[in-house]
Amino acid sequence: MKSCNFSYYDPNTVSEVVSLISRHENAKLLAGGQSLVPMLNFRILSPEHIVDLNKVSDLFGIKENGNHLSIGSMTRQSELLNSPLIIQSSPLISKALGYVGHDQTRNRGTIGGSLCHLDPAAELCVVASAYNAELTVTGKKGDRVIAMSDWPVDFLTPALDHDEILTNIRITPWQGSHGFCFIEFARREGDFAIVAVAVLIEITDHVISKASIALGGVSAGPVRLHDVETLLKGQSPGQELFKEAGLLAKKVDAMSDVNYSTNYRKRLSGALTERALHGAMARFKGEEEGHE
Amino acid sequence: MELWLDLKERKRGMNSREISLKLNGCEVTATVEPRIHLADFLRHTLGATGTHLGCEHGVCGACTVNVDGDAVRSCLMFAIQVDGKNVTTIEGIANSDKTLHPIQEAFRKHHGLQCGFCTPGMVITLEAFLKNHPNPTEFEIRKAISGNICRCTGYQPIVAAAMEAATNLKNQGQ
Ligand code: FES
Ligand code: FES
Repeated sequence: MKSCNFSYYDPNTVSEVVSLISRHENAKLLAGGQSLVPMLNFRILSPEHIVDLNKVSDLFGIKENGNHLSIGSMTRQSELLNSPLIIQSSPLISKALGYVGHDQTRNRGTIGGSLCHLDPAAELCVVASAYNAELTVTGKKGDRVIAMSDWPVDFLTPALDHDEILTNIRITPWQGSHGFCFIEFARREGDFAIVAVAVLIEITDHVISKASIALGGVSAGPVRLHDVETLLKGQSPGQELFKEAGLLAKKVDAMSDVNYSTNYRKRLSGALTERALHGAMARFKGEEEGHE
Repeated sequence: MELWLDLKERKRGMNSREISLKLNGCEVTATVEPRIHLADFLRHTLGATGTHLGCEHGVCGACTVNVDGDAVRSCLMFAIQVDGKNVTTIEGIANSDKTLHPIQEAFRKHHGLQCGFCTPGMVITLEAFLKNHPNPTEFEIRKAISGNICRCTGYQPIVAAAMEAATNLKNQGQ
């Protein structure tokens, strides 16, 4: 249960990081370390070089830029959870973070680390998908922007080259009058979700004018339920409609693993989607529910 | 083949560094290999064995220590990363006159520990939590210690201790 030997670097700037990772093939970036260090301790990974990002000050912080938020990839989960800016403009993010691990892990864990580790059940990936986040990665050739929908390539594998680093996450908060909800099902507080769902619905003149629904835990990356979104659009919200939406969500292509079957995940997807839609409506009407 | 791997492994780790930190208020300087995690560093290098290691992969919370005001898992941080920081462990929780901290006192009163293995992590977690949440509900306390596993007490006495500690800390204005 001890990590292998590695060479350690703690650069101060993004350009130093990029030059280090382009020089060293077998290097790993260390963000909050809440997933990487267990993998090192288990020797699932044994990189020759560790590049620690904790001193790269440019990667920290949340900024408001016109109508979007620009979040540095090293921003801690605990900062996002408590940030007044996030709570006011995109509270879905802080709601979801309540489910991410525990205080002790959120104090170290970062948004960029979660997105790059890309655990199938990672709450922050689900939220990034619901908001159509845009991710900026920086490499030797400069920056490129990747849409969240193109980010997951495979299990635990984002669309990131070995000599690139995720530097910024851009979120566009919803402006119109809308409701939101994040719920997940896990066996214990803070455990990985079996299925998680994020819902955003905008209501104009009593009709759903915009909807975004993302699921986590059902496949390698977060899944947007575009067919359910289409079903909801133009309809007036209500019990019948949400039930139908749940039945459609249940048709999602879900994976199975040693613990939970495809069918179990499908049923959860349906039930949680329906519940989250009701939750989002309640928020829209200004009724905050108790402990979700 | 094995020998070759061994040599290569050893060469990799040849970048030990000198670090200085404040441990429970005392300046400490030591040389560390980058792969040594903070918990091993505290226990083996500094002999501060109050911090316990249950799982070494971030699940049990026994290794929780306070770094610059935040409760963190010391098995998931490398010692090299606390260079220049303030680290508080269970050894530094009691008052300077050697009387117990209100959280420790409440644990004693309510039998919040049996074997005591989880206790350092529980106390450090609760100390940081109660600083930020002086009026917690029972639900909030359960959530706060959800990342700490106790195999003995069944949690009820820990929650009772935490509730009383919260009240006492508030009365003391601490
Ligand atoms: S030893 Fe660190 S969390 Fe278990
Ligand atoms: S007192 Fe024994 S593990 Fe908690």
